[in-house]
Amino acid sequence: MIDIEIYKKIKTYQGVKELVVKDKIPQGSVTKVYGPSGAGKTTFLRMIAGLVSPERGRIKAGDQLWFDAAVKLNLSPQERRAGFVFQDYALFPNMTAMEHLRYATADQPLIERLLQIGKMEAFAGHKPQQLSGGQQQRLAILRALALRPKLLLMDEAFSALDDELREELITDLKVILKEFEASTIIVSHHAQETLGFADRSLKIE
Amino acid sequence: MEWTPIWLSLKLAAITTIILLILSIPLAYWLSRRSSLFKVFIEAILTMPLVLPPSVLGFYLLISFSPNGFPGHWLQEHFNLSLVFSFQGLVLASVIYSLPFMVSPLKSALAHLPLSLTEASYTMGKSKLETFFRVQLPNIQSSLWTAIVLTFAHTLGEFGVVLMIGGRLEGSTKVASIAIYDAVDNNQYHEANLYSMVLFAITFVIVILVFIFNRNAARGPLE
Repeated sequence: MIDIEIYKKIKTYQGVKELVVKDKIPQGSVTKVYGPSGAGKTTFLRMIAGLVSPERGRIKAGDQLWFDAAVKLNLSPQERRAGFVFQDYALFPNMTAMEHLRYATADQPLIERLLQIGKMEAFAGHKPQQLSGGQQQRLAILRALALRPKLLLMDEAFSALDDELREELITDLKVILKEFEASTIIVSHHAQETLGFADRSLKIE
Repeated sequence: MEWTPIWLSLKLAAITTIILLILSIPLAYWLSRRSSLFKVFIEAILTMPLVLPPSVLGFYLLISFSPNGFPGHWLQEHFNLSLVFSFQGLVLASVIYSLPFMVSPLKSALAHLPLSLTEASYTMGKSKLETFFRVQLPNIQSSLWTAIVLTFAHTLGEFGVVLMIGGRLEGSTKVASIAIYDAVDNNQYHEANLYSMVLFAITFVIVILVFIFNRNAARGPLE
């Protein structure tokens, strides 16, 4: 269970507003986050990962407190180790697909399995600039999974995949996430994208 | 033609480049992070050698490090070290004079790397140091080469600062650019031409090597 209660002032085109999110995310669930553009969906993911600090509130993952403004506790992103799939993929231009996964884990059987799930075996030696948009996006997802995260945060993580590929990937993702006992939060603009993946939703506005 | 001035120039450029590489990497990293008024001030000071007439910089270095100046007096008294009219003095002056050529390209490249690269690495549990050496530094490689070449070439071509603080002592401070000036001053145009051709060839080869090394980069090495 991830217990979230956060408050953060964010700048929008309508001026400054307060982003308030309260939610209890059950262990192993997949939560779809939706809402209008600029509502703070990405900021919400970044606050959970520890990349941005909320002004008030607390975040508790399992029995570990990640953030509590009242006692000035704020674990670093390194300590939280949430798998994060960035909207711009954030792939390292200097590393091949294989090196990306090795940077995340030393578990070679897991790496082989992830490459297979992402249909990336043939591209293990390729650098990001030699990969298509869809392959880059899959690699970003695989890299996040290579951490064996307890919490996976995905920002528009299926936007570059066609329907068939996405559906196949979702089937495999569900198996591996269940195995890791991971909870997932996915930001998506299109309801269609998370069909068959998300089992609950959270609106941010 | 004497080869000593050429060797001196190359030695000075190499030592200066190595010292600046070590100094500038952490400095550029610090400057590339969130900007503050203090950082703007520091950056302005570091950039001064770029716009200041070399003779002005050389003059103040000469005054500071002469036995009458405080730093010069202190070094003389505690380390028995005199920086004026010595090779060590040339190194110090070159480090100050060429600093912006090393720091600026590195700082600009680090600042332009997408923030998400470092963030991705942090969420993977990697420390700032490991992220710097495995993600940030390898991805600014072409700027690193540009900075090294600019610094080396700039030091090789130094004249005003070197003349001010080093004079023209045979074998210790008379570098190639000064040898060219001396030769012209003594109407030895043939000798000046030989020195010039050697300097031209060395710099051209270095620049060619960098272009070859960076030929696959999206941008040219000097952009």
